[in-house]
Amino acid sequence: MKVQKLLFIIPVFLFAIILLASNVEKTNSKNNANARNENLNKLNSEENFNKMMAVLTHQRCMNCHPSDNIPKQGEDSHPHYFGMARGAGNLGFEATNCNTCHQDENNDFSGVPGAPEWSLAPHSMRWEGLSPSEIAESMLDKKRNGGRTHHEVMEHLTEHALVLWAWEPGIDAAGNPREKPPVPVDEYIKAVKEWFEAGAVIPEK
Amino acid sequence: MKISFTINGQQKSVEIENGSTPLLWVIRDTLNLKGTKFGCGKAACGACTLHVNGEAVRSCSFAVKFAEGKNITTIEGLGTKENPHPVQQAWIEHIVPQCGYCQPGFIMATAALLEKKPSPTDADIDANIVNVCRCATYYRMRKAIHRAAKIKNGDS
Repeated sequence: MKVQKLLFIIPVFLFAIILLASNVEKTNSKNNANARNENLNKLNSEENFNKMMAVLTHQRCMNCHPSDNIPKQGEDSHPHYFGMARGAGNLGFEATNCNTCHQDENNDFSGVPGAPEWSLAPHSMRWEGLSPSEIAESMLDKKRNGGRTHHEVMEHLTEHALVLWAWEPGIDAAGNPREKPPVPVDEYIKAVKEWFEAGAVIPEK
Repeated sequence: MKISFTINGQQKSVEIENGSTPLLWVIRDTLNLKGTKFGCGKAACGACTLHVNGEAVRSCSFAVKFAEGKNITTIEGLGTKENPHPVQQAWIEHIVPQCGYCQPGFIMATAALLEKKPSPTDADIDANIVNVCRCATYYRMRKAIHRAAKIKNGDS
């Protein structure tokens, strides 16, 4: 009787152990897969962040996001000639303002760049001297970004004609093409959208 | 391409092949109004300044297509010999010009400034009148701008 009982209990016990072990393995591999996905998402998000920031910290964007109220010009970001400054409405002075020289499109005759709504970014959106993470924080902060939601910031970054001008910056007065941001426009737009869709996570400083 | 605008009170239409042609070229070469000058050709010196809908504009960098339907004033339309604009009166009183080439641009820029700032300070003048005069008539110009403000404000 004892032997019979043992013959029954041992296989059941072994089966239970195997079942338990396989469940533990399944749970472990599920956890591993989740961790792998999480890491992958984090890596993708960081890659997108870096692409976006390579554009936003380029002089085509940065020249009009100054921290000292002086617009910058050129590849060397020198202060705008003629003593131009922010003025009351981010458009320069009363009778000499952005539109005195800049129109809605580049002017290849004079080499003066132009795009719709040509102006400085408001003082609250100053980026000059900030790190990429600090720029992103500023960009997502409604108190500093003009009250924009994440979606609205994303739209501004990917659809606004003045932003997209960076990839069609025209030629200077000597006929030399202006430098474009280091990431192609389609790749930049994709990266920005994916970064926002993934929660707009700012990588740790 | 046909572009129509009002210039010095007269309705004009011009036929132009390239709408991006600078307004300055059309005004000087097509409409034969030679008062507005070509200086640097890159919106830096201000010799080509005129008014588009009352705003001072560097016409060497202003595509003629953007003038469609607009109201343009050049130095020829600012005042007359019999009835000069206050800025022109002040310029004459202070004998501002030396060679004179850049002066139409300065006068137009000043006239636009006085519409926005009837009594400009020296700081306002420094910020807004950034044209270039190679004869360096700036000292006389500053005095003339203050004088023009007084004439325009009826404080003569």
